[in-house]
Amino acid sequence: MHGRPRKAPKPEDEAASSAKAQKLRALQTQFFTFHHNKIYTKEAVELSAKLLEINPESYTAWNYRKLAVEHYLNLPDCNPDSIKSVLDDELRVVENALRQNFKSYGAWHHRKWVLSKGHSSIDNELRLLDKFQKADSRNFHAWNYRRYVAESMKRSEQDELKYAEDMIYTNFSNYSAWHNRSVLLSALFEKKAGGFLLKEKVLPEEYEFIHQAIFTDPDDQSGWFYHLWLLDQTVTTDSPLLASSWPGHGSDVLLVGDRCYNGSAFSPFSALHSDSGSFPIVLYFNQPVGGVNSSTVTVECGFNKNEDLFWKPLSASNSQTARVWVAHLKVPSSDLHSTVEVSVGHSKGIISTRGFVYSHPSMFSFKVHVQPMERDSSQVSVAENISLREENFKVYGTQSEESIIDSFDQLIIKNGHETTASNWRFEALAKEIECFRELLSLVDCKIGKLTLARLLKAYDAMSYPFANKLVHSEEVLELYSDLMKLDPTHYQFYKDEHSIVLLQKYKVSASSAICDPICLRLNNLSLSRMGAFEKLLWVQMLDLSHNELQSIEGLEAMQLLSCLSLRNNKLRSLTALEPLRKLKSLRILDISYNQIGDQSIDTTRYVCSSPLSHSVGSELNRDETVTSDVALINNWEAFFIFKDFNLNQLDIVGNTIADEKFKSVLVKIMPKLKQLDGKLLD
Amino acid sequence: MAELAVDKHVKYILAVEKNKDSFESVVMDHLRMNGAYWGLTALDLLGKLDSVNVDEVISWILKCQHESGGFSGNIGHDPHILYTLSAVQVLALFNKLDVLDIDKVATYITGLQNEDGSFSGDMWGEVDTRFSYIAICCLSILCCLGKINVEKAVSYILSCKNLDGGFGCTPGGESHAGQIFCCVGALALTGSLHYVDKDLLGWWLCERQVKSGGLNGRPEKLPDVCYSWWVLSSLIMIDRVHWIDKEKLVKFILDCQDVENGGISDRPDDAVDVYHTYFGVAGLSLLNYPGLKAIDPAYALPVDVVNRIFFSG
Repeated sequence: MHGRPRKAPKPEDEAASSAKAQKLRALQTQFFTFHHNKIYTKEAVELSAKLLEINPESYTAWNYRKLAVEHYLNLPDCNPDSIKSVLDDELRVVENALRQNFKSYGAWHHRKWVLSKGHSSIDNELRLLDKFQKADSRNFHAWNYRRYVAESMKRSEQDELKYAEDMIYTNFSNYSAWHNRSVLLSALFEKKAGGFLLKEKVLPEEYEFIHQAIFTDPDDQSGWFYHLWLLDQTVTTDSPLLASSWPGHGSDVLLVGDRCYNGSAFSPFSALHSDSGSFPIVLYFNQPVGGVNSSTVTVECGFNKNEDLFWKPLSASNSQTARVWVAHLKVPSSDLHSTVEVSVGHSKGIISTRGFVYSHPSMFSFKVHVQPMERDSSQVSVAENISLREENFKVYGTQSEESIIDSFDQLIIKNGHETTASNWRFEALAKEIECFRELLSLVDCKIGKLTLARLLKAYDAMSYPFANKLVHSEEVLELYSDLMKLDPTHYQFYKDEHSIVLLQKYKVSASSAICDPICLRLNNLSLSRMGAFEKLLWVQMLDLSHNELQSIEGLEAMQLLSCLSLRNNKLRSLTALEPLRKLKSLRILDISYNQIGDQSIDTTRYVCSSPLSHSVGSELNRDETVTSDVALINNWEAFFIFKDFNLNQLDIVGNTIADEKFKSVLVKIMPKLKQLDGKLLD
Repeated sequence: MAELAVDKHVKYILAVEKNKDSFESVVMDHLRMNGAYWGLTALDLLGKLDSVNVDEVISWILKCQHESGGFSGNIGHDPHILYTLSAVQVLALFNKLDVLDIDKVATYITGLQNEDGSFSGDMWGEVDTRFSYIAICCLSILCCLGKINVEKAVSYILSCKNLDGGFGCTPGGESHAGQIFCCVGALALTGSLHYVDKDLLGWWLCERQVKSGGLNGRPEKLPDVCYSWWVLSSLIMIDRVHWIDKEKLVKFILDCQDVENGGISDRPDDAVDVYHTYFGVAGLSLLNYPGLKAIDPAYALPVDVVNRIFFSG
């Protein structure tokens, strides 16, 4: 099926093919007779060998041979010699079949099955493997079989490492060997207690080794992924850390009781409008964790009992792990000024998905001021659109050092945990940076630029909590821009990376004299992806209009969002809006002028907790209809996304999907909606 | 740019179905059930499923079912999980799942789950993550996924996750686009995609696109049209498909057509077969090629077939 040249069929070819086909069919028919009648005579078994030699993919023949072997082994007159002869036959048939097709699943499995009967020696199997692996060093069947033999015959990891090393020295372009090496090394890292020591010694050697592969031929991918793994091993601290939180340490939170829609109610802008009588505490970790609950996180405040707090992971489906966790503190309606203390991880229980325990307890505190509003006697009225007014917004940009407000950094938890034990990490990174700068000075290659960008980012991320700035951002952004030109096939990949670095790089500057900002403008920045959420937890109103966002993955972390504009972006499906389902405060949403409905392939259908995935307690009752005249089958995405929203205002014009019919479905799904595309609803 | 020669491909597929006498056909005899799935799904995507005789197909499928509930690749062969999925998928295409004794099929599949959560292909015990995907996809179509131990099935699949973000056929097995499709698909169907490092895997997958615009299955291998499915559907399920150049891939697939005789091959100017014809058409569907039905990346069935299974009133 693969790699055969296209030829016009000639009559003599067709005749020959037909003759061969008839012969094979006769063989097959005869074989079926033996198989279905359970005939295991010598001739019958020989016939199956002939069949498998021509067609090792004829799986039923392998099954038949296993039945024949079992038949012989159960005969009363069998003895060790006859058993050996029977099993030897099987091994011979497998070898013949593999010669015909050394990728035959049936053949390799049959050999494993024979081996399980206790025959053959490790030397024998390794000899066979050597033959096949020399013929094709990338044959994954052989590698898998090798791993099976090594394990069942208890070959040491060191011996197998040596074999992989030999294969690599024969030919650096051997991804399979590098892969095997990474498997063996991780197993060794895990086994040794005090894994850091071992890594400290082994990783520099592995870096030297991989350089030979990458620098010999930078365009060969075999070493790229191994190097990325080495980098990951160098920078990843096993134990998870709290990266940021909202409210930030030392901040003041002003809660204003009621929501009003005339402008004056938005001042002061530090106010958090809460119409639910509560506000969230958001914990943002540097990797997904589980086990966050009122035992492992204690919240001390005068007006709430810690045990009553329920911590929720912000993740898709029913996963009990997440990077972001949130709990809601109920606020009394009376005048209140109180201090809240949050202690994270003082008792054990928080654990990362990789299995590492949260071991650096941290604490942050903030003040809460509750100011109940005078209620208007009339109902809340929406006199005008909520406009994203200029003066409300903090402008994103490059300001001089003096006017920088480190409001972002207030959120960042200072982790004083990094000790001198981590010096080897910095040294390793510095050395790699030097090596790749050298490579790039000799040859302008994609892997050089990409790796250097990753190294510089890793270096900054490791030093960030102390250095308080990202030293290499400009260079990293330039590298990604270069890559977009050097490797246009993967343009969007580099663009996404570029967007995240851009977001992490800049600081907010004040455009008014407000201490605690709540609004952020990030429009017209060519952002293709959102990121840096650990810095953005404070944002209540976000303008992301006129960018190139086709995903808002991660936005669920911004729990304070009440007003969001995604106008003029590249969102292509309703399911892409799923992160917004977790934003309980969201009241105003603008998704106008996107591309929802343009294409029939939905790329976020499975990353969201879609009812098409059978997670336990799948949220959609499949027999439901929105109303008697709106069938679920045609509108399940809209129903799934919007039914839990609490929006007052929605803009959706400019999307292919947003015809009158669809808009009327939306109105039925969201009865509380007050305004759709600028039109007041009753 | 070339165009998709729809009529030629339809003719080719129908001809392959009828031709049982060539050597190629006899050698593939044992996987005719897979061939039926490839050919018929391709016809459905091309809008021509009604060109075949439904009753004939169904009667042949049912003849391939064994006492155990499993289906064989063709009449006379032994049952195997591979052909059980294809049988169920073809019946789903024709909206004829009701001819099945669902409990019987489910029993066959649940019987193949091992202690560690993995699945064997048949009674002889070969274990491979392909079979995990098959079990999950099959029972999902039959709306009885809860009959297997889903949690253990997922944890076995995760034990096959590699350090490059990809997945192999067994723990420690090298990442391969086909296995990645199976594992990502199985995780998608069980709502478990949050276990996948989408950025890491996304980069590995997008680097399958080589200069010619085609996709290979793992580093330093040749591009092949079938990877337009395995790699592409995986990228779509984890929402990273924008990391490849879609236009270049469309061009590569179209260049693999035999525009005179119909059919698509693994590489330009190679011999065509129904396997690559299906994956080429399915790949084009995922790339929003005009005139094709949309295909679901996890079930590998047309979206309207999947919706019908889940939302039929």
